[in-house]
Amino acid sequence: MKYKSQKVAYWFFALSMLLFGLQIVYGFIMGSAHAGYDGLHSIIPFNTARAVHTNLLVVWLLSGFMGAAYYIIPEEAQRELVNVKLAYVQLISLAVVGVIAIVGYHFNYWEGRKFLEIPRPLDYLVVVNVLLFLGLILTTLFKGKRKTTTALVLSMGLLFAALLYLPGMLPFDSQVKDSFFRWWVVHLWVEGVWELIMGGILSFLLIKLTGVDREVIEKWLYVIVGLTFLSGVLGTGHHYYYIGVNKIWLIVGGIFSALEPLAFLAMALFAVNMYRKGEKKHPNKLALYWTLGAAIVSFMGAGLLGFAHTLPQTNKYTHGTLVTAMHGHLAFWGAYAMIVLAIISYSLPNMTGRKLYESTRGRVAFWLSNIGMIGMTVAFGVAGVAQVYLERKFKMEFMAVQKEIEIHFVVLILCATIFLTGIISYMIDFYKHGKPNDEALETVSN
Amino acid sequence: MLSKKQARAFFLGGTVITFLIFIGLTIFSFSKAQDQSNDENITEAVVKGKELWEANNCMGCHTILGEGAYYAPELTKVVERRGEGYIKAVLTTPVDWAPNGRKMVAYGFSQEEAADLIAFFNWIGKIDLNGFDTVVSPLAKDE
Ligand code: HEM
Ligand code: HEM
Ligand SMILES: [Fe+2]
Repeated sequence: MKYKSQKVAYWFFALSMLLFGLQIVYGFIMGSAHAGYDGLHSIIPFNTARAVHTNLLVVWLLSGFMGAAYYIIPEEAQRELVNVKLAYVQLISLAVVGVIAIVGYHFNYWEGRKFLEIPRPLDYLVVVNVLLFLGLILTTLFKGKRKTTTALVLSMGLLFAALLYLPGMLPFDSQVKDSFFRWWVVHLWVEGVWELIMGGILSFLLIKLTGVDREVIEKWLYVIVGLTFLSGVLGTGHHYYYIGVNKIWLIVGGIFSALEPLAFLAMALFAVNMYRKGEKKHPNKLALYWTLGAAIVSFMGAGLLGFAHTLPQTNKYTHGTLVTAMHGHLAFWGAYAMIVLAIISYSLPNMTGRKLYESTRGRVAFWLSNIGMIGMTVAFGVAGVAQVYLERKFKMEFMAVQKEIEIHFVVLILCATIFLTGIISYMIDFYKHGKPNDEALETVSN
Repeated sequence: MLSKKQARAFFLGGTVITFLIFIGLTIFSFSKAQDQSNDENITEAVVKGKELWEANNCMGCHTILGEGAYYAPELTKVVERRGEGYIKAVLTTPVDWAPNGRKMVAYGFSQEEAADLIAFFNWIGKIDLNGFDTVVSPLAKDE
């Protein structure tokens, strides 16, 4: 760690870990309900569990991205964060808004719009919070000694993510329009601006871990984010096929979304090649695992499994089935969860001064969580494909089909247990690093 | 070989062009002539129904227009499938509705609220979905 203010990142990461753990608990509640055990129905009905599960996911990832920015921006800009106190205010207000939202979901206080369940009054608090965050990051960047491409791409991703939250707050009387603009948030986040954030973090990590020249890495970063927007913006059309808007989206969405995997393929090839090319091998092997893992697994989850149902001919049958849940899990895991875990693994030893670069526990965390998540993806996938055939080809009743596929949720829960074991190992490692401290300043060369 | 400058131009150029096309197509999609959703038939009851739909996060279990959760049936063509009487019974019952073992929350809506939700479903059911409606069994009218 080079600047004292980078320590703020630690607390955002700690918040991430906490919320991540809670997210998984609600995942188990839903998995059990699908398997036929809905004992908690009267206190935590499925829709509560689901809103909590997906919103905690988004909040812990955002907290991770914010932590990443607080760590990366000072180092790239070569100066302390402009105001550390305000950064802590921002952290606490983020946590408070998150907690109110999550508690509210247990008392029917929400806005039932998938992924954007946060009620309107809280939306405004989110906006204020994010403005504070952006203010701190952007002033640090612009007062800094240098403005690197890595820092610019990361900040641009964060800024656009904030701007794109706004269309989700527009009120509509028509469900069709409501849904149309909801995708401006959800799709343009995960298949647009979040990829900039991911690209920025990935580029920072590759520069640090492989020692390849910054100029080379940053050039490819532009190519990757270029591919992202070129395909991803019009690719939004893959959500407009069957919601009551013009057929033109079948063509536009079909063609452009089919190109989206290219950005993820480029990211995977980029990471692996830079690793091969790198002369300097940083001792932090675990960070390298997570970094390369994110680039590769995101291609599997978002690129391959996204492509699997993105053409209108296929999507007509899979739209709104468990096939979507299969893809959603591996994509979110590979791209965003893993990149957050990568930056944590890299920065934690630097902030705390404890160089736990190589540990059995760390490797167990990596392998078990990935094997568990891939198993879960297969379980969702088998259930989803069976659902598509039985329900949409053979026209069986929804609930009759659900009974047929219950067993796959037992498999899901088993795999989720493996996944959880990995995540618990990761959290123990996190805890063992101890707290960040100023003695860690400059103790590492990079 | 590609230079960093060219790479940046590719990024900025591609972004601006696709974004402009995207805005153009959005405006086109919502022009009156292209409307597939019978926008003019959105009555006060439909709007109230949508508010109830959101206030209770029905989408947290069901899908509508193929969007939502995968725990409970798709409701796009529910009126055609079940009829209004059945739906009213589900919405107004004070005990958990669970004909197949899986429970729905017992909302115990008033007659008026149930009518609003049914108006909402009726409107949804008449949207032109580019052929999706013929696939989504058991909504599909065979043929
Ligand atoms: C990291 C990137 C990605 C993430 C995190 C992600 C996540 C998700 C999630 C959570 C959904 C469900 C959304 C909802 O129904 O509200 C979804 C839907 C979808 N995704 Fe992705 N996705 C990613 C990338 C991609 C890519 C690159 C493609 C295409 C090549 C793709 C194709 C689709 C399609 C077609 C659907 C709609 C499924 C349906 O009709 O039910 N995704 N994605
Ligand atoms: C123990 C682990 C987990 C279990 C058992 C689990 C289970 C589930 C279940 C049952 C659903 C609801 C499907 C439905 O609507 O019927 C769901 C939704 C979702 N979960 Fe998980 N989950 C777990 C972990 C995760 C993780 C780690 C992530 C992200 C990295 C994640 C991301 C999501 C997303 C994005 C959705 C919404 C998917 C969609 O609507 O298509 N889950 N999860
Ligand atoms: Fe998408």
